[in-house]
Amino acid sequence: MTTFEPIPEPHLTPPRAGQVPALQLKNVGKSFGSVIALRDISLHVDSGTVTCVLGDNGAGKSTLIKILSGVHQPSEGEFLVAGEPASFGSPRDALGAGIATVFQDLATVPLMSVWRNFFLGNEPRLGFGPVKFLDTTKAKRICREELLAMGIDIRDLEQPVGTLSGGERQAVAIARAVYFGAKVLILDEPTSALGVKQSGVVLRYIINARDRGVAVVFITHNPHHAHMVGDRFYLLNRGRMTNEFERKTVTREELVKAMAGGAELEALAHELEGSAVR
Amino acid sequence: MSASTATPTDERLVSTSTLTRLLRRPELGALMGAVVVYAMFSVADTTGKFATVVGGARWTDSASTVGIVAVPVALLMIAGEFDLSSGVMVGSSGLFCGLLTTEYSVPMWPAILLTFAFAAGIGLINGWLVMLTGLPSFIVTLAMFFSLRGINLGVTKALTDTVRVAGVDQVDGFSSAEKIFGSTFWSGYDFRVAVIWWVAITLLATTVLTKSRFGNWIYAVGGDQNAARNTGVPVRRTKITLFVMTSMAAALVGIIDLTRLHSMQAGQGIGDEFQFIIAAVVGGCLLTGGFGSAIGSSIGASIIGMAFIGIAYAGWNTDWSYLFLGVILFAAVLVNTFISKRASGAKK
Repeated sequence: MTTFEPIPEPHLTPPRAGQVPALQLKNVGKSFGSVIALRDISLHVDSGTVTCVLGDNGAGKSTLIKILSGVHQPSEGEFLVAGEPASFGSPRDALGAGIATVFQDLATVPLMSVWRNFFLGNEPRLGFGPVKFLDTTKAKRICREELLAMGIDIRDLEQPVGTLSGGERQAVAIARAVYFGAKVLILDEPTSALGVKQSGVVLRYIINARDRGVAVVFITHNPHHAHMVGDRFYLLNRGRMTNEFERKTVTREELVKAMAGGAELEALAHELEGSAVR
Repeated sequence: MSASTATPTDERLVSTSTLTRLLRRPELGALMGAVVVYAMFSVADTTGKFATVVGGARWTDSASTVGIVAVPVALLMIAGEFDLSSGVMVGSSGLFCGLLTTEYSVPMWPAILLTFAFAAGIGLINGWLVMLTGLPSFIVTLAMFFSLRGINLGVTKALTDTVRVAGVDQVDGFSSAEKIFGSTFWSGYDFRVAVIWWVAITLLATTVLTKSRFGNWIYAVGGDQNAARNTGVPVRRTKITLFVMTSMAAALVGIIDLTRLHSMQAGQGIGDEFQFIIAAVVGGCLLTGGFGSAIGSSIGASIIGMAFIGIAYAGWNTDWSYLFLGVILFAAVLVNTFISKRASGAKK
């Protein structure tokens, strides 16, 4: 058997002194009929930090995101936002509370221009009474400024989002969430479909968002990416929180090992080596 | 402004030349097509009138009643939906207005208001059914098309014992309604007043599409409905509003036809829905939604108008007009596909 870090009991490491966590789950569970998707999940997310949730396929990451973003309601446990109990009926409610989620499919419309996508659903308008027009100049200016602040320099704001690279599209979605007052930014596998270089670009946007005081929740199955930017790490496995690390106390190797279920990986390595020798 | 003026000459902007920008416009293909069709019929013309103001009055007359509905149909297609009942709605609303005035002696203007309310109601039903059932709008509005077609004939026959409503010109207020909907202007050339409606609706729709929040939503719900919903766009409201607008535009044409012909056939408008869709597609609307323009759709309507009038002026057998429409539709889709590929390819 492997020797995991002893799981701290209770799971909760105390929040930073004098700071209320932007987001906190206490013993949250979620079941769909007889299927228990999540059990006894406790975590807290602080402003200005990156919290990574790691897990393999089927670990319950998607369910956790959906609870955090208001798509699902937890079956049990407590969900606190800035210390207050919260219950969201829809993603729109969560958005209202400052929790923005950048889903894997990004929520951008490929055929629409960058600036139109940036302001989609929150268009700035000018005019009197019922006759109002889009404030195109302002929209484009803000869009350019915000993208530059995230370190992305779009060539042409009129170009359709579909013609941007995957990393750039992530950046547009992240910059949009940050601009519209996200206090908590949930990123669902933002690097999973990207190449090495583009992943690096997205990781930098994550750091930029963190530096602007946003509490970032970074959901991934890539421990290498997580270790580069994360301040705290939660490991999910089969619907349970199996481990929790602070950045100071964990090396990347430990994280990879814990994530891959250490022994299994070692056994696999032996098996592969064995077959290679033969 | 500071950010954009700070980088006035971004060297990477070379890649988006004026040509690429132009190619990205959905109406470009339609405009080129219109020029070709206009030139062709000017040459083929045997009466010497096609390329004159008189000829212009004739083909804009034909194009206007197509364009008035084709423009909202285009918006609906950009939003990713079809309305196959838009043609028969022209007949339904004309009959509704005609029967109210002749059979129930409602004065003309209240009857017109009731007709628009009726059309809005039909549009609302279309929209609600599409959003509620999640069925393709193609099916829902096809069902509406056949239902209305049956109702038109059934009700007209039951109330008048014929298949047409006549005698509308005897109704109180008809002459003032005729002035607004069915008359002509610019005497000597006699442009139809419907042309003004058409141009006004095109300008209004273009403004809405490019300059308003609602226009942004139209592109968004057609481009990616889930993404639109995730960013907080009211998908349902946007689409239902467009169904209502399409239906009301069809009612406008119904009233234009009624005041102009002074009567209404029970079969009026059937088949026109495809002309509206052809105009929208020729004008650059993608069948999959998310792309297109109102002006393009109007240019598409112009091509249809020119074709109908041009074929007659050329002395050809008008039985062939629909063949021409078929070829035009196919060519337009081919050109548009090619252009949009070029536009996105040229970006790299």
